[in-house]
Order: sequence, then C-alpha cells, then structure tokens
Amino acid sequence: MAANEDLNIDRIANLARLALTPEENVKFSAQLAEVLTNIEKLKQVNVDGVEPTAHAFPIYNVWADDVAKPGLSVEDALRNAPAQRDNMVVVPKVVE
Amino acid sequence: MSQAAMTSELFNKTITELAALLEAKTITSVQLTEAVIARTQDVEERVKAFNSFDTADALSQAAASDARRAAGQALGPLDGIPIGIKDVIAVTGQPLTASSKMLANFVSPYDATVTQKLKKAGAVIWGRLNLDEFAMGSSTENSAFHTTRNPYNLDCVPGGSSGGSAAALAAGEAIATLGSDTGGSIRQPAALCNVVGLKPTYGLVSRFGLIAFASSLDQIGPFNRTVEDAAITLQAIAGYDENDSTSVKIEIPDYRAALKEKKGPWRIGIPKEYFGEGLDPEVAAAVEKAIEFYKSIGCEIKSVSLPHTEYGVGVYYIIATAECSSNLSRYDGIRYGHRSANAKDIVDLYYKSRAEGFGPEVKRRIILGTYVLSSGYYDAYYLRAQKVRTLIRQDFLNAYNEVDAIITPTTPTPAFKRGAKADPLAMYLCDVYTIGVNLAGLPGMSVPCGFSSGGLPIGMQLIGQPFKEADLLAIANAYDSAHDWSKRTPNL
Repeated sequence: MAANEDLNIDRIANLARLALTPEENVKFSAQLAEVLTNIEKLKQVNVDGVEPTAHAFPIYNVWADDVAKPGLSVEDALRNAPAQRDNMVVVPKVVE
Repeated sequence: MSQAAMTSELFNKTITELAALLEAKTITSVQLTEAVIARTQDVEERVKAFNSFDTADALSQAAASDARRAAGQALGPLDGIPIGIKDVIAVTGQPLTASSKMLANFVSPYDATVTQKLKKAGAVIWGRLNLDEFAMGSSTENSAFHTTRNPYNLDCVPGGSSGGSAAALAAGEAIATLGSDTGGSIRQPAALCNVVGLKPTYGLVSRFGLIAFASSLDQIGPFNRTVEDAAITLQAIAGYDENDSTSVKIEIPDYRAALKEKKGPWRIGIPKEYFGEGLDPEVAAAVEKAIEFYKSIGCEIKSVSLPHTEYGVGVYYIIATAECSSNLSRYDGIRYGHRSANAKDIVDLYYKSRAEGFGPEVKRRIILGTYVLSSGYYDAYYLRAQKVRTLIRQDFLNAYNEVDAIITPTTPTPAFKRGAKADPLAMYLCDVYTIGVNLAGLPGMSVPCGFSSGGLPIGMQLIGQPFKEADLLAIANAYDSAHDWSKRTPNL
C-alpha cells in the first residue's frame, strides 16, 4: 500500500488538534513514512480467522458499588487549572 | 567494620542488608536517607537522574520511620528505605511532570496506588526521576528537561524510558526505584545500567495514578540491586485495586519465601528468533554463558520458537501510538497542564496548547496513532495489529507448554552514545526483544549478566508465565545469588 503518499499529515494533525510548524510537517512526514514502511511488514502475516487482542487478560463487567466516597476538595481539584474563578475553570468564550 | 566504614557506603547496599541494619538499630533511617541525599548531591550533576527532589520531605518521612521503629511498630523490610519514583507516578503534593513541558508546573493532588502501598510499607518516597517525555523513548533523550547519563559511561544513555530510575539506582542515589514499562521501559534501562528490572504481568500492579501512555501495555515495576530486593519491592506494590478496572483479583504469594522454596530444576526455553541478526556478539556471549549456568545447575535447556517475533515492533508502534493518541487527547489546555497564551478562540487553544506543550517524539506518536485509527485505515493497521498481537501472545503460550521460562538478551547492544540514534525508527528497534512481553501481557525481568569489553553492563531477560512472578523470581535468583555483577558499582 502506498502509505507514504496516503499520509496526509495536515488532515491527521487536524484530527489530533495539534498545530504543526511547516518544518515539523516536512520532518514528520518523512520520518513517519519510514516507520510506516517498516509496519507494512504486517501485511505478510496471515490473520484469517484470528481474533483481535485488545488486552492480554480481558476482564469484563467491572462494577463498583454506587456509593458516594470522599473525593478531591474543590481547592485540590482546581490547583492545577491554568485559570480559575469562583471555584470554576475559566475558558475562552465558546458561544457568541 | 568501623561505624564510619559501615555507613559511608550505605547508599550502595541492598534493601535486605539495610533492613537488617535498621532492625538491629545499627543505623537509623535518617542516617540512611542522609547518606542517600549526600550521595545524590555529590553525583547528580554528572548523572542527572532526577527532575526534582525534596530533601526536607524525605528526612521527615525517615524521622517518622525511626519513631515507628523506636515504638516497636516497624512495618517490614521497606520501612525507612528511600525509594525513588519515576516522574509519571503520582505522589501527593509533589511535582508530576512526565518530563514534559505540558505538565512542567503540575503538582499531584493524590497518590498513585503504588505510592500509597509503599507509604504503608514505611518506605521513604524520594525524588522524581527523569524519563523520556510521557515514557516515549528508549534513552531519556526525549525528556523536555535534560538527558540522564549512564553512570557506567557518562557519554552513553542510561536507556529509557525509565532511564532516571535505572541511573539513580546504579549511581547510589536511591536504594530502589519504581519505573513503568510499556515496551521495555523498565527492562531495557535496567540492562544498560547493571540493575535488576521487573515488569510484572499485566494486571498484577495497579496503574491508578500512573500517567497513561498505552493503557493495554503499561505496567509499573521495581528497579533493584538484587532479585531478592525485587521480590521484597514487588510484594509491597502488587495486588488488586478497585481503582484500576484492569487490575486482576488473585492471591499474592510470598515472593521472598518463594526464592528459597522453589528450587527447580526448571525447563528453560531459548527462542532462536532472539539470537539472530543485529545481536551484539558480546551480549550474545554473556547471555549464552548465563544459559550455561542454568544447565550446570540441572535445568533443561530447550530450543523454542516464537515465529512472530519480527512483527513485534510493527504491532507495538501501531497499538501503542493508537492508545497514546487517545490517552493524550486529555491534554487540551483546559483543566490542567500547559495553556497557550496566544490562542484566539477555544479551538485554537487546543491546537496551540498541544503544539507548545508536547515535544517532537510525543507529536510524532500522536500523529501516527491518529493516522492508524483514522477512517479508512483502521482495519488495515489497528485491527490487523491486534490480530497479529493475538499470534504473538499465542507463540509464548505455546512455548509455555514445554518450558517454565524463556531466556533472551534484554537488548541487542550495550548502552549507546547520546545522540547516536537520531532516527526514530533506529530508536524503535532498540526494543525488539522487550516488546513481545508487553503485547502478550507477560512478566519479564532483566538481570545483570556481564560487562562488555568497553565496561558497559549487559542484561539477560527472563520471561515468565502469566502471574507466576514467584517462579520467575526464583529462577532469576538462582543466577543472581550465584553471581556478583550487581556488586559492581560505577566509578563516578
């Protein structure tokens, strides 16, 4: 597969909400094309009928009792916020 | 031995030795912690293993330990022992940076489960250890702050991503350390720095409070000077945790007792795929000599095959980057972490905060992970990788029908020079022998097994069966307790 040409880095960076500089764009395109070429090896493996593994030891239906427990104080929870006011995180205006 | 001689090198002793000295009241935890602090102040400028440390906090924990002991309430072998923590594991009130500008000013509001467990065992939580940014790398050169040096050769890397954890221990700046291992990030630096490194079975140790990189692969584990110390440290951190939904409910055996109880002889598998092209001859010779040792104590050495080994790196760089692109989407500049001062609106804030906060390797992996998960490519990359992951896991489980453990080199070469692997793909291939263990969720250890002619450490990897850490530790201890590689210390 022509992964090298397919890697539209602007589209991907947009999906990742990541602003790249023109220099990063050029550099990453070349480096990732090389990595993808190496990854292409996986196409040689016959995976017909093989189930995918998401976790080595899957555990299903992990439930916690629905009981309130002490959590972080408001002060602790907001301690790392870049901007805060009146016990809330301040963000740029999102609605006109 | 005079009191002065006995305390002068306290920082190079094992947990086992120090626990005995503490118990006999020959030394106090404050004396031990002061020795570790003095050693750190002496060598840290050269080693650069730490992102930060808090001497007042460590000494107050040590004083508390001494008070417990004086009151006859000592908590066990870790009580009063200074243990360094990789800077991706949360410690209340201490910085938690992941060696990233994104979290440069973050202070942890809570303890990771492993931190809580170490505190309950009485350990002195000591320092925040450097790593490749967000644990992505094999050399600590991707740290946004500084590169850690290999204590055995300051021009060489200590390995990574837990390079600070390995280097600090090797340099005598801690008595044990914790790291995390997603594709080899404990075992590879352990091998490069002449220390024991253990990655437990996925699910044995809680990941709660560990900054997530690739959630289906990440595990926390200890770095130690001996396998016995590894058994003691694992004992303290293993166990079910309701705060980690992938934590497994199993009974935790007495690992230290297992070292004596389990005597073998064991059946040991040697996978030919790990001894081929790219393996440094000195590393091969050291590991083969260790295998000879096992033969000499009556173990049956069998050739096994792990035929999908060559696909491990490809599978890993699809699955790990896919999971990282998802996990790191939380760093958006809103609730915590770096926020750009130059954004014109909320969406621009995401783009710019992430662009300014992340370093190059993290960006590359987010891009790659986003790509393999994107519409039209998901089946070709991500789904296929998950299927090959099944085959890689099956390879190991097949081998375990015939053997109790597998021995391989931990790394293809000893430590390389800083700057030697500027190309990302070359760096990724460093992890070729360690990645399979994470993909299969198995326990793996690196144990020192020699030195190169250039004086650089060599490690062998022992891979065990799922949740059979007791057997793995016993097998590793049979070698480690009969050799004294770990008694060698760097000339700093």
